[in-house]
Amino acid sequence: MESKFQGQDQTLLQQGYSGFAADWGSDQRVFKRVSWGKAMMWILLLSDTFVFACFLVAYMTARSSTTAEWPNASEVFALHIGGHNFPLLLIAIMTFVLISSSGTMAMAVNSAYRKARTPTALLMLATAALGAGFVGMQAFEWTKLISEGVRPWENPWGAEQFGASFFMITGFHGTHVTIGVIFLVIIARKVWRGDFDRDQRSWLSAGNGDYEGVEIMGLYWHFVDLVWVFIFAFFYLW
Amino acid sequence: MAHSSRTADAQAGTAVQDHGGQQHPIKLYLLVWGLLFVLSAASYFVDYAGLQGVLRWSLILIFMVLKAGLITAVFMHMAWERLALSYAILLPPLALIGLLVILLIESDYTAATRVIELGAR
Repeated sequence: MESKFQGQDQTLLQQGYSGFAADWGSDQRVFKRVSWGKAMMWILLLSDTFVFACFLVAYMTARSSTTAEWPNASEVFALHIGGHNFPLLLIAIMTFVLISSSGTMAMAVNSAYRKARTPTALLMLATAALGAGFVGMQAFEWTKLISEGVRPWENPWGAEQFGASFFMITGFHGTHVTIGVIFLVIIARKVWRGDFDRDQRSWLSAGNGDYEGVEIMGLYWHFVDLVWVFIFAFFYLW
Repeated sequence: MAHSSRTADAQAGTAVQDHGGQQHPIKLYLLVWGLLFVLSAASYFVDYAGLQGVLRWSLILIFMVLKAGLITAVFMHMAWERLALSYAILLPPLALIGLLVILLIESDYTAATRVIELGAR
């Protein structure tokens, strides 16, 4: 554990803006008291933010510069249940499922720092299950729209860019969720077996009870939820 | 870690602990979880109630920013990170918002040009 934050505790760190200036002006490393794993995850997430922002900017630009009517998402994504049309029902359920998965992930991080192995692994598996459920609902939604004739180049309701934007944005997001589910299962298994408690370094942990890997996994998972917040607002509700 | 009691971090609070990790009370996580549910329900209600125009857009944006802020600050622990990291991550996306605004202004002009030149309705 000491080696992860080597030399960092020797210095008296300043707070606030002077700390910000001192950190960025300092020798060797900027991100004090942040392990390389967490810093790299944040940098991955920042570049991912750029990818998703590009998609959303492109979608918004296409939507506001096309002369054709943009399909009404409220009607396109409505579910017909028992003679009633519920606008955006499936999307709302997906939103709540993803938020719940973020909640269980946060609890998993908390358990991990208490070194409670079983709750951590179970909460991570619950997160993975909710994530898999989300991807399943997205697959259902894709199937429904494709059967209704939505293609990247055309759709029955209006502006042609609708299909391309929809498949690009939700497809990339769904891929992120899928990758997250896979890694959640991998790390949950390691936690379950007690790999992080052993006196052994790995690419996920410095060993001897270093559970920061769970928090870093959590960063990725919360980011996936964060991206959905923006997709929900801009694509489905706008 | 005998010296840690004299560091500025120890005086500022308990956010940075000996292992460098982020341990926060479960109660806070549950509160944020609940708030996210309420905010999502509220933004769904905007659509369900069929609100339109500036009211719809501003409500959607307000709920979106609040949700994004809660997730980033509490779930992703940004509130407890040092400013050097927070600013490195949060400032670049703000530049993107500038790009978004500029492109939106341009798209209005593109749509107008298409109507005039191509005779589209």
